[in-house]
Amino acid sequence: MEIIMAVLAGLLFATAIYNLLQKQILRIIIGTVLLSHGAHLFILTMGKLKRGDPPIIVEGAGPFTDPLPQALILTSIVISFGVTSFLLVLAYRASTLNKTDNMEELRGSEHE
Amino acid sequence: MRTNDLIFRTTTSLIAFILLGFSFYLLLAGHNAPGGGFIGGLMTAAAILLMYMAYGFEAIRKIIPVNFKMVIPTGLFIAVLTGIGSFVFDQPFLSQTYGHFHLPILGDVELATAMIFDLGVYLTVVGVTLTIMLTIANDS
Amino acid sequence: MSNIAVLPILIPLVAGIITIFFHKKIKAVRFFAKLVTLLNLGVAVWIGYYVIQNGTVVLETGDWVAPYGIVMVADRLAIFLVITTNIIATACVFFAQHSLSLKQEQFYFYTFYFLLITGVSGAFLTGDLFNLFVFYEVLLMASYGLVILGGERVQLRESLKYVLLNLFSSMLFVTTVAFLYSVVGTINMAQIAQRVQEVEQTGILTTIGIVLFFVFATKGAIFPLYFWLPKSYIVPNTVVSALFGALLTKVGIYSILRTFTLMFTNDTGVTHELFIWLAALSMLFGVIGALSTNNIKLIIAYNIIPAVGFMLMGIGLLNDAGISGSVYYLIHDMIIKAALFLMVGALAYLAGTSDLTKMKGMIHHYPLLGWMFFIGSLVLAGIPPFSGFIGKLLLLRGGIEEERFVIVVIGLLTSLLILLSMMRIFMRGFWGEKPDIKVQPKQARKLMMPAVFLLTLSIILGIGAEWFYPHVDTITTELLDQGSYIDSVLKE
Repeated sequence: MEIIMAVLAGLLFATAIYNLLQKQILRIIIGTVLLSHGAHLFILTMGKLKRGDPPIIVEGAGPFTDPLPQALILTSIVISFGVTSFLLVLAYRASTLNKTDNMEELRGSEHE
Repeated sequence: MRTNDLIFRTTTSLIAFILLGFSFYLLLAGHNAPGGGFIGGLMTAAAILLMYMAYGFEAIRKIIPVNFKMVIPTGLFIAVLTGIGSFVFDQPFLSQTYGHFHLPILGDVELATAMIFDLGVYLTVVGVTLTIMLTIANDS
Repeated sequence: MSNIAVLPILIPLVAGIITIFFHKKIKAVRFFAKLVTLLNLGVAVWIGYYVIQNGTVVLETGDWVAPYGIVMVADRLAIFLVITTNIIATACVFFAQHSLSLKQEQFYFYTFYFLLITGVSGAFLTGDLFNLFVFYEVLLMASYGLVILGGERVQLRESLKYVLLNLFSSMLFVTTVAFLYSVVGTINMAQIAQRVQEVEQTGILTTIGIVLFFVFATKGAIFPLYFWLPKSYIVPNTVVSALFGALLTKVGIYSILRTFTLMFTNDTGVTHELFIWLAALSMLFGVIGALSTNNIKLIIAYNIIPAVGFMLMGIGLLNDAGISGSVYYLIHDMIIKAALFLMVGALAYLAGTSDLTKMKGMIHHYPLLGWMFFIGSLVLAGIPPFSGFIGKLLLLRGGIEEERFVIVVIGLLTSLLILLSMMRIFMRGFWGEKPDIKVQPKQARKLMMPAVFLLTLSIILGIGAEWFYPHVDTITTELLDQGSYIDSVLKE
């Protein structure tokens, strides 16, 4: 199971990098979203899958899953949610003001 | 341009309240069961956004006259104050505690200080999500 | 009592939140911001005194015992850097209102400013690798807000690249932490340090270490990952540039200093060897960049890169003199970079341009600014008796002790070239015929006060090295002896 998840995370990373290297801003943002998904899946896999019950302590519970990766993922999701939504607004404003969403044309020159 | 969105409006009036109710449950359950302020906040934001889409911006602004930008600092402030509370009781920062209380009608209820923290997170998430969405939506 | 460790994070956070509520009432916000910044500086100094008297303060948040919960560790290095951060914050908050437009100030400048201080102090104080990532994000979020302050076309364009690059490296950071967690089963820095010594496959640890280094190198602008820095640091307002130049890259360097003296010391032949070469390249390429441009803000921004190179060199050497040189240089560079950015900002404001070819003879109208800039250049280049000299002396001594003469020669050459790049500003901008521009002596005095304050401190740091050096020496001993950090956190 871990192998499949690791491969899946790798696929997500690869797709993300491909998208990040595109010229259109929206594609790049999709790339960052996929990248964070890959990273989150990776954290989950690294904490070992399928070890027991959910990490909520009730009386008489048996072996339970490591709660730390889950806490890390939640934090990381919140952060990437915040950054992505900020990035969307920023990209929208930048593309309307610069009148282009092509990174090639957003390069800029030395003297400004 | 007005589109024919009768089905959308009718289902929204039903779904939005189910969503709001469930998100409130998630908020209250969060301190020791699956749920929490973040997921509850996102769900509330989704419900309000659904209403915006169905009934239009002006109509909802009359019904919910809240400046969502100010909801963000309110939420943050509540969350941080919960942490600061530990200074008063000379406990390590962000310590939490809980107790069982007997409330009228509801009966025996478990209340935790983590719930206040969750409330802060909830308000922040609702504020942030709606501020961002409405900023983009109103611009064009 | 251990709660005091969280105060430098908590005070600016609360202040930042409060300023949102009345962000339009700019006079009140200004007064409040100055008051809180001074209070925070006082608290930081008090904690510093407490730490010197009683040793490292460890806070286990939420009453979770050390390896399980998040810890805040206020050791000497962390608290000294927090104090320096607050000194710079104080100078910047007094500079802000003269440099920013009213619209920019009202657009939550003080909120983002306080959040930046929160993030930087948090990154210095945390004892947990994932928590370090969280504080990185806090300071980055604040920096995103500060870069686009004003919302000009160029700013939006450059900030887009800045945000994308930082988002990428943040995700790489998370992935690396996950990797490390799967190998050592913990994210508490002290426990990682303990368990790293027991891991049998050291190859994987070296790999993780290198990836983690590249994450920090992106934030710290080390060759080859410095390309984003110059432009994104000059598009925002001067006070924002000063905050960025003084604080952001230094957080990256601090993280490298902490992780590579505490955790990844198992294969220094690979990791620390790499550091030395990258340090040499950072010095050379940074200073070449500084010589290549006529934009005064860009010259100072490029000069960050060789400074980062010097600090990395000390970490790479990993001996007494090298590490104390790095620590000394870190504190010195934070102060002098902020001072120089503020001075250059004042110069650009008074001259009405930041292009050196269009500037001349400013010293006729503003002699104080001119001579301050001259002293600042000497401090940066490391001319005795100023603070830059002591940092560089220690670093070079460390290099000679390890018999690494190539890096020593490159370091000396770079210092000369830094002086040349700074003298270009002085000669072209300050010397020459008297220009016929509008003289604003009152405005100039207001703009210069914070820089005078920082420059004085920098000179004290150099001349008073006798008093300051013992602390740096203790920090070095603490850093090189992993056991003391592990013991103070895990209490064994």
